[in-house]
Amino acid sequence: MAVKVLERRPLSFWERTYLPQVLGGLRVTWRNILRPSVTLQYPEQRPTIPKGYRGVPTLVRDPNGREKCVSCQLCEFICPPKAIRITPGEIPATAETAHVEKAPKEFEINMLRCIYCGLCQEVCPEEAIWLQNQYSMTGTTRAEMVNNKARLYELGGTLPDSHFKWDHKKAESERQAGGHH
Amino acid sequence: MVTDNKPSLVALNVDGVEYQVSAGANLVDALASIGKEVPHYCYHPKLTVAGNCRMCLVELGSPLRDRATNELVMENGKPKIGWQPKPAIACATNVSPGLHVRLDSPTVKACREGVTEMLLLNHPLDCPICDQAGECKLQEFSAEYGRGYSRYVDEKNAKPKHTKLGPRVTLDDERCILCSRCVRFCNEVAKDPVLGFVNRGSYNTLTCFPGRELTNNYSLNTVDICPVGALTSTDFRFKMRVWFLKQTSSICTESSTGVNTTVWSREGKIYRITPRRNDAVNDTWMSDSGREILREVDAAHRITAPQVRGAAADLESALTTAGEILRAGAVGVVGSGHQTIEEQRLLTHFAQATQAKAYVPARAGSADGLLISEDRTPNFRGALLAGLTNRAADRDLSALKADIDAGRVRTLLVCREDVTTLGLDATTLAKVRMVYLGLHNDATAKAAEVVLPALSVFERSGHFVNCQFRVQSFVRAIPGPIGTLPDVAILARLLGSVTGQPAAFDADSLWKDLAAKQPALADLSPSKVPSEGVIVDGSAWANLSFPEGKLLKFAPATKA
Repeated sequence: MAVKVLERRPLSFWERTYLPQVLGGLRVTWRNILRPSVTLQYPEQRPTIPKGYRGVPTLVRDPNGREKCVSCQLCEFICPPKAIRITPGEIPATAETAHVEKAPKEFEINMLRCIYCGLCQEVCPEEAIWLQNQYSMTGTTRAEMVNNKARLYELGGTLPDSHFKWDHKKAESERQAGGHH
Repeated sequence: MVTDNKPSLVALNVDGVEYQVSAGANLVDALASIGKEVPHYCYHPKLTVAGNCRMCLVELGSPLRDRATNELVMENGKPKIGWQPKPAIACATNVSPGLHVRLDSPTVKACREGVTEMLLLNHPLDCPICDQAGECKLQEFSAEYGRGYSRYVDEKNAKPKHTKLGPRVTLDDERCILCSRCVRFCNEVAKDPVLGFVNRGSYNTLTCFPGRELTNNYSLNTVDICPVGALTSTDFRFKMRVWFLKQTSSICTESSTGVNTTVWSREGKIYRITPRRNDAVNDTWMSDSGREILREVDAAHRITAPQVRGAAADLESALTTAGEILRAGAVGVVGSGHQTIEEQRLLTHFAQATQAKAYVPARAGSADGLLISEDRTPNFRGALLAGLTNRAADRDLSALKADIDAGRVRTLLVCREDVTTLGLDATTLAKVRMVYLGLHNDATAKAAEVVLPALSVFERSGHFVNCQFRVQSFVRAIPGPIGTLPDVAILARLLGSVTGQPAAFDADSLWKDLAAKQPALADLSPSKVPSEGVIVDGSAWANLSFPEGKLLKFAPATKA
């Protein structure tokens, strides 16, 4: 293999003093000292989260306070790292939302496994699971990093609903109650 | 119906391609046999044809013949086909020679789209909460043959959502597509005609006759055959989505019928048991009581850990102690019809090595003439084939009791049988040192010096021989409790401790041994047992009196 030898140009006098480089570096320093600051004093200061940000997955309620999840387990099925674990349950017949029939008895998302891909939100037929703007999950034990149902609803809160499909269904069945209309 | 073993084949032309199918077969089944799916809801191969769902509409035709000469009318060198002017349902058509079927024509597609649209008019489409999702024919066919969108603008009908039809079946009327499979099942198979339709048009509703309930022991089969999520199992309802469940082929241990089952489990927990089709044993049915056997796994009285003299012990020391007890001699052996044929073979070797007399107690119950026989053990015939016994099942253990009382038996190995219910009382058992390989913490376990945990049918693999002398295999669905071994391994250890030689307990060597000893099992090995089982020659025991009477697919041999 042919080897091409490059001749290194000898340094000039000024270059050997290193002063041009020192002055060039100081120029950058002075320029930035005079500019406004761009760093945040995290965690006291927090960044603004853009719309559509995929943070920690959470469970949400509809504006009437009904838990939207019906434990269909599609998120558990689609979840690539198998972070979701649902124990399905039946809504008791005495509850106000008994017509929905099904709700999770327990719902766990293991944040040590979650990869924030958002497939759970995409697959959810009830729009119950949302990746919201919470991005920082810390804990000192593994158990702490598993969000249970209560914690997921606490993180999720309430989101607006454009369908109210279950309320509509209940109203319709009450209207038709008593047989033929 | 074709009754001879080799049905004659006839030509069936499907979308222009000629196939050979059995003559006289139902067109839906015939097309399924050549890999062509005809969507259907109301048709079920084991029930009468109702023809009310209209989903299986196809176009039918046959070669035209000249009326005067009875010659085939030819067109372009081929017989001219006279197509029926309107589509006909495949489920009410039997294959005749030269039948032509169109499955792919615009008419057939339009029929399927139309039927699907009508069925979905009042269907709630609540697949996210419906237990049938994933195994729902309506879901599958709507995706495959449906229009994909709805033109219906009116309100859907509201119908009762949770009607308790009986102790085990809950009905969601909104999901019902009125196929009448459940009604026909109750009338024809269960002979308990309690279901029917009331009201008309879109108010047509499935219900129980007033004052009646769906209480028969086969009620859960209606849930299995329901093509949608209308009939649901009250026990399985809202427990787990079916796509998470692993299916394992198993055999029901309720009786000697040997009903073929599928065990549905996830991560070591069994969620439900459903029948597996075997036309020679159970068709597509099983009893409700047989499905309850899954409770055995987590039962409170289950033995999950070995015990030595009432104290918990590890398996190794329990096996050592058991070996010491059994080496003392004067041994009696009680086997069981709940053991697999492999376990019974090892127990036979054990009995021979210790010169012990072996007993296989009878577990009699009442039969229902369908799938539950009088012999409530799944594998008494296996004990005959394995050589454990050569007489009919022992009604009680009075002979063993006499031997114990006379001091001829001082040590006892009991497998899977509560001997206290068979005539061995506490005073008799106090005279022997007993090793008990059992499932339940019963009186025998309390009297035993060493208790070894046995595994349930779901936790081990093996073969049972049913009342037809049909060898059927079952496979482990879930792991046993922590620290347990399969029964064959435990029996091999006990055998090794009395012979001083380690005994093999892998299926291959056990079956080589069985095939060598038993002429009826010659040439048979686990890999040669097909999924529908294989009948072996049981004529050597033809003179024994077996308790079984007539069942769905079994008739007792008439004595000459």
